[in-house]
This record gives sequence, structure tokens and C-alpha cells, in this order.
Amino acid sequence: MGSEIRDAFADEPALVSYVAAGDPDAESTKEYVRALVRGGTDVVELGLPFSEPIAEGPTIQQAIRRALDAGMTPDRYFDLVAELRDEVDVPLVCMTYYNLIYQYEGSEAQSASNASGETASEGPEPFVEAAAEAGISGIIVPDLPVDESDPLKEACEAHGLDLIFIVAPTTTDERLGRMLDRASGFVYVQGRLGTTGARSDVSDDTHGSLDRLAETDLPKAVGFGISERDHAREIVAGGADGIIVGSAFVDIVAEQEETADLLEAKARELKRGALDGATEVPEPESK
Amino acid sequence: MSSESKFGEYGGQYVPEALMPAIEELTDAYERYVLDNEEGFMDEFRERLRDFGGRPTPLQRADRLSERYDREVYLKREDLLHGGAHKLNNALGQVLLAKYMGKERIVAETGAGQHGTATAMACAYLDVDCEIYMGRTDINRQRPNVFRMRLHDAAVNPVDIGSGTLKEAINETMRDWATNVEDTHYVIGSIVGPHPFPRMVRDFQSVISEEAREQIREKAGRLPDSVVACAGGGSNTMGTFHEFVGDESVDLVAVEAGGSALTIDEENGLAPHSASLSTGEDGVLHGARTKLLQNPDGQILESHSVSAGLDYSGVGPELAYLADEGRVTPVNVGDDAALEAFHRLSKTEGIIPALESSHALAYLEEAALGDTRDELGDLVVVNVSGRGDKDLDTVIEESDKRDLDAAPSMEVFEHGE
Repeated sequence: MGSEIRDAFADEPALVSYVAAGDPDAESTKEYVRALVRGGTDVVELGLPFSEPIAEGPTIQQAIRRALDAGMTPDRYFDLVAELRDEVDVPLVCMTYYNLIYQYEGSEAQSASNASGETASEGPEPFVEAAAEAGISGIIVPDLPVDESDPLKEACEAHGLDLIFIVAPTTTDERLGRMLDRASGFVYVQGRLGTTGARSDVSDDTHGSLDRLAETDLPKAVGFGISERDHAREIVAGGADGIIVGSAFVDIVAEQEETADLLEAKARELKRGALDGATEVPEPESK
Repeated sequence: MSSESKFGEYGGQYVPEALMPAIEELTDAYERYVLDNEEGFMDEFRERLRDFGGRPTPLQRADRLSERYDREVYLKREDLLHGGAHKLNNALGQVLLAKYMGKERIVAETGAGQHGTATAMACAYLDVDCEIYMGRTDINRQRPNVFRMRLHDAAVNPVDIGSGTLKEAINETMRDWATNVEDTHYVIGSIVGPHPFPRMVRDFQSVISEEAREQIREKAGRLPDSVVACAGGGSNTMGTFHEFVGDESVDLVAVEAGGSALTIDEENGLAPHSASLSTGEDGVLHGARTKLLQNPDGQILESHSVSAGLDYSGVGPELAYLADEGRVTPVNVGDDAALEAFHRLSKTEGIIPALESSHALAYLEEAALGDTRDELGDLVVVNVSGRGDKDLDTVIEESDKRDLDAAPSMEVFEHGE
């Protein structure tokens, strides 16, 4: 199945950039996304803030807190996505936790049209429908392992969204097989154990995971801990089709000074690193 | 994966992928050692609970409460377990299991500090490294327990995020576990979290109901009409109920913290109570689908209770299931009633109960003497889940604030100055 997200990895190593939607407010998020795209971002991962982000390190936890304090909600998030879709032409991926997906009952207008007017059936369908309508191309849910993913996978297939799975350094081959059976868009390779957050080196785990995924047909993007041009270069030279960067951007957002310019420059630096890495390797194995 | 990861629709395994292999490893260890008693694990566990823990704990007839409520009231004395609370049953079980699994390091979260203390104690006893995460608010209101953990050589890591209570401590412990999963076991303190924790913790705690069921038949010659236990996450609740679940004549009453009111302050994301079983909505938190205090978007609300041990926005999936099935009756009592019950038991029976347990005792008063319909029957077992020494600072402060008649006068000290 061809997907817009997968296409973003087609020609050159892709830069996937994360920001938390609504940090510090929705208008700023739009400005930041535009800047990241100017800097060479190929896919934007837009975090929908959840109050208990157990997979995140301190940097993104604080971003999520700022966004929630500023009033970000799923409905406002979808409005923001719809507006962004008119302004940028890269795919937007929703990164959030399962409870928000599970709880979503549709916007007020949709709920009102329900005959009962009360609770819609619980499950991921209304969320995925709203996400698709707003212009989301794929979903990443860090607290939804493959074992619990059937309902969401079904809803994503029905609405043409990619469901992106995270492969961890601890993932067994048996689990990896099950994940790859269901994954679409790209494979999110968790570069190291622990939570998100900028680090100063590239973990050995990254190389191990990339080796294990060498035969995989889907693009492989590495995240968790990438913050510098050299990391990007090393990871792409190691066989990745892309890099995922979150905390390094969120750190810039937190500073609140010349944010858009700095984001654009940081994206450009990382993208350049990824491109450097691509020239260091022989042609990737035929796909 | 085990087919029994759910209770009806509740439960499951909603955790980051990095943890899943560890959870599969734990599920395997749980099935082999706990369910199948491989290598005599359960025999060793029972023996250590007896020799180190002081089991069995007594089932004591509460003479003056029986008179006051005009029925037979029996107290299951988990406050007499080593460490002063039921928490040791589970902590000892899990730390021992971690040793059988070859894990070198234990992490745990704690609210009131009882679980942290029990885990630190079990780690000292079984010689395993131990780190405890605890919210800053809870550290401030449970200082004696913090010191006890340190005495047992555990590191105590304060968590400053959010309201600084149990929910935040759990998040932080999950993060530590996700970072160090290869050599570390997370001793979850209640029947919450991903499968197999809810079943495993219940199994370790069900020694309470095993003993209580036998003891009440011996002492009263029959099964009780009702069994009452307080419910936060729900480990003492399920431990007290488990062996009675099949006895349909026995009513099982789970008493939650009604806090200061049963309302919800959506603007500030606060619930001034912790009654997730009575008032929560179905959702996914900390690895399981269960009943949660949350806003309509699915953001988790901060909970409140005068008792740190009940102050949690969720509840174990098995309790959520049994409540839906009508097998467990969720009720709740407020902070004030719990404080009064604390003083009442101290005065009339010579037992200083934990503020958690005081909720169960407060419900007894309400059901037997208050306006609510009396459903307790003639023979009641109440679990005193822990002793109240750890709560004395809170009780003094909160009783003072309320000018509580039931509280003892401290005049004798003031005159001495």
C-alpha cells in the first residue's frame, strides 16, 4: 500500500520533526511547523498532549504540560491540523496516548447528531475519523503495543491512515514479526531504552536494531536522543531511512526566543547530517 | 500472551513496547512460580510471610464496636503484619519473584509510603537494591515512612511533577523501568498496571481472605454477611474479598475516599475525591483499561483524599469488573467521617488504624447508624489494612483544622510548657 508518509522517505533520508501541539499556544505551533518545514522537515509529528505521558522524558513532559495549561484539547488539535494542512504540504502524524483516542466521542456537532445524544460507543473509530477528516496521515501511540492494537488498526485501515509501531531495543524477534505484519508508513526505531530526550551520543542499540530491520521493506526512522548533525549522519550511514527529532526542537520552543528561526536552522542542520550519512553508504539494498 | 490478561473488558497491557518483553517474561514467571509453584516458590513465600511477616494475622472480635452497632463486628488485623500494613504480602512476593527471575534491582512507587516501606523492607531482608519514587506532596505528609525506607537503605526519589502524589510517582517509576528494564523489576504496589500485575498482586494479597474466611468460620461458626474493605488502587480490597467472591451470600463492600466532595472541578482538572470505582469512567491508564477519574477528553484528573494511600485517580481492573457485575458494591465516605472513625477506633478498641482503613470503619458507622439503608447484616468482617502511626501528623493537623470533637485534647502538653 502506498502512503503519503512512505512517499516522504522515497527520494532521500527523511527528517521527521516533533512538536507538541499548543506549546505554548496553537498560533505559535503553526509558525513553528512552517519553520521546520522550511528547514527541510519531511514529516511532522504533532503531539496531542496527554496528562500522563509515561514514554516521555522531562523536556517533552514539560512541553505537554504547557500545552495543556494553554487549553489544548483533541477538538482544538483537529482544528489546528486542518489549518496546517492548508499551509504545508508534508504529511502530519498524530502522536498521542491511547486514552485520548479511546475516549474521543467526536466533536459537539457530531455528538449532537447521535440519536441518543449521550455516549457514543467507546473505541478508536470516532478519533480516527476526525483525524482523517482534519488531514492526519498516520498515528503513533507509545502506550499501545501491537498486542492491544487491533481496534485501532482496523479504524486506521478504514480511514486510510498509517499506524506506526515503535520497535524497541528489547523487542524480541517474535514481537518484531507481529509488528511488521501490521506496520505501515514507516517503522519507528527506538534508538535506546528509556524515555525521549536529547543525548550526546548514538547508542549501540540503534545499530543493533537497524541490523535486525535490514530486510524490512518499510522505511526505518530512528528516534529517541538525536539532537545533532553528527548523530543524524551516523544513523543514516548505519542504514536508517530517516531520523526522528523531538526534544532538540522542544528545547528551542521552551526558550521562547527567535524560536522559528532557530527551529528552521536546527532542522536544516539535522537534515544536512542525514544527507551526509546517505552519501557514506553504498546504495541501500534493493527494495 | 496469556489469555487471561483481562477481566471482562478491563485490564490488558497498555505499555510502551520497550517494556513488553519484560512483561512477557514476568507473565511467564508468574505462571510458573506463583500459579504452578515451580521450584517451591509459593512454599518459600508462605514460609517467609510466616517467619518474617508474622502471619497469620488475627481476626479479632471488636467488642465495643459490636455493641455500638448491635451486631458482630470482626476486625482482620493486617495492621499487625510486619511493617504495619498489608503491603508486605505483595512486596515480599514480588521481591522474591524478582530474585527467582534473576533481577538485580527493584524500583517501586509509593503514595502513603506503606508500599515503599514494605518494598524497602523486603529488599533489605532479601538483599536486593531498591529505589523508591514518591511524590513531593506525599513525602511531606508521610515523613516517618520516608525515614523508614532510608533506614532499610532504599534510595527515595522525590517526584515534583503535577500534584506530587501517587499518579506522578507511578509515571516516574514506569520511566525508570523503561530505561533499566533488563536488570530491574518494578514492584507495583496495587492491583493496577498491565497484566500480570493485577492478578499477581491479588494472588499475593489473597492470603488475607484465605485466613479471614477460615478464622470467621472457626470463631462465628459461619460465613459473614458482609466483608468491608477500603479501596484506593484496591490491593487490600481484592486481598480481603478474593476468597469470598464465590460465596454469594457474602456482600463485598469496597469503601472509597469521598474526599471533601464527590464533584469534579473541570476547570482545574481536579477531583476533590478518589472515588474512581463509584464515579469514574472507563479508560486506559498505567497499563490497563479500568475506571478512571478523567475529563470528557480523557485527561486524567488529580484526585484527593485525606489519606495519601487512597489518593489515586484509578482503581484495579478486577474491581472495576466486579463492580460492573454487581458482585462488589462500591460506596464512599468523606474525609471528615474517616477522621472521626480514626479517633473512634483508637478510643474504643485500642487500635490506631491507618487513615485508609478508617474509611472502611467510617462506612460501618454510616451503614449501621446513619441514614443509609443498613445492608451489612449481623456478622461483619472489616479489614484493618494498616496501622495509623504514619498518619499521626496528618490526623493532628486535619483534626485541628476541623475542631473535631472526637480528637483528644492536647491541653496537658500546652500547660507543661
